[in-house]
Amino acid sequence: MKEPRVTSLWTYANPKKFIETTDKLLPWVAMLALICLVTGLIWGFFFTPDDYRQGATVKIIYIHVPSALMAINAWLMMLVASLVWIVRRHHVSALAARAAAPVGLVMTLIALATGAIWGQPMWGTWWAWDPRLTSFLVLTLFYFGYIALWAAIENDDTAADLTSILCLVGSVFAVLSRYAVNFWNQGLHQGASLSLDEKENVADVFYHPLLVSIAGFVLLFIALVLLRTRTEIRARRTRALLARERMN
Amino acid sequence: MIALLIRDLRLAMRAGGGFGLGLAFFLIVVVLVPFAVGPQSSLLSTIAPGVLWLGALLACLLSLDRILALDWEDGSLDLLAVSPLPLEAVVSLKALAHWLTTGLPLVLAAPVLAVLLNMPSEGYEPLIMSLLLGTPALSVIGTFGAALTVGLKRGGLLLSLLVLPLYVPTLIFGAEAARRGMVGLEITVPMLMLGGITCGAIALLPFASAAVLRVNLR
Repeated sequence: MKEPRVTSLWTYANPKKFIETTDKLLPWVAMLALICLVTGLIWGFFFTPDDYRQGATVKIIYIHVPSALMAINAWLMMLVASLVWIVRRHHVSALAARAAAPVGLVMTLIALATGAIWGQPMWGTWWAWDPRLTSFLVLTLFYFGYIALWAAIENDDTAADLTSILCLVGSVFAVLSRYAVNFWNQGLHQGASLSLDEKENVADVFYHPLLVSIAGFVLLFIALVLLRTRTEIRARRTRALLARERMN
Repeated sequence: MIALLIRDLRLAMRAGGGFGLGLAFFLIVVVLVPFAVGPQSSLLSTIAPGVLWLGALLACLLSLDRILALDWEDGSLDLLAVSPLPLEAVVSLKALAHWLTTGLPLVLAAPVLAVLLNMPSEGYEPLIMSLLLGTPALSVIGTFGAALTVGLKRGGLLLSLLVLPLYVPTLIFGAEAARRGMVGLEITVPMLMLGGITCGAIALLPFASAAVLRVNLR
């Protein structure tokens, strides 16, 4: 009897297969990201009314909320990729975690910067030691540490192992910090902009362009991570080839 | 196990072990604070618990790279790795030795330095209790950081960058407990949280440290 052919998810962990697949996928993802971002941002900036209390400053929400969302999800993606590396030891997974870190860091910094720009006219201060702001600052520190550890270790496999474990331990402590700062100071920051409880959401006029913008940021993140992972795979292959040349 | 602990303690006590360095650093930090913020005793007593916690944390950080670096250089770490003792036990003992030689002296020195900062006498007990409860977590987390960076030359700065974010929850709850105790508020909640963090760190982190050390010894 013939074995049924099952395409497992793990076939894409083969670097060659990964490059082939993403060759087809990447242009589409990038195009979609561009379309969503342009639509979301133009819709948000020009075709929504000013808020009755916040005026035009409310429009920074279309950058602030998606980038903050992606800052946390990037870390989650790194956590999953690290776990996959530890358990199944697929190199692509470790490289994807490595590729996501700088993107996540930039998202965190964008969220902090846009928050400060919005906070200046609204709260009257660039910075307040509010729990949400503080936990984002701590998240930035985690990103810096993670990237620095990758950069410091020469052997690729050792670096992948060490950073994965750091990512696991760091995640636990990042969550702890989140609760610790909640305990330590009461916040200025408003509640969630998006939630399943519809009463808490922002008004519909802002909600729809925000969703498009978030989709744009998610796709942009995927496109950047795919691109950076491909670069890492090719850089590593080049190094291997050069090493082989020298041997001969 | 006890032999290893005694060996580590002896090495730390003797010259070159840097036993007194952490204490001296703690003293200097506390002495420098009034120079930086001014000598008004009301201000100093307000910030005293925070300064003492921060000073203890930095003094702890300063001595972290000594936990494993010397053993790494002379190869005794490789011997310990192949010894019948599991590596998890080795790193736990290293953390314990670090706490006995750095954390405990800091706890004992803190009330003396609190006098310099005009801390009111109600604050002493919560300060000592919170430090006693929190510094073991600092040692255990620090051992994990030391294990991560042990293979690197000049890893000291990277070690601080990696360990400091991990210290955030301990510092928040520790300093909060000490501050609340000083002004006469309820301290049970932060103390329980601090105890929880310490117990969790002692229970789980040695496995992470040992895993990291195995990678580094490969």
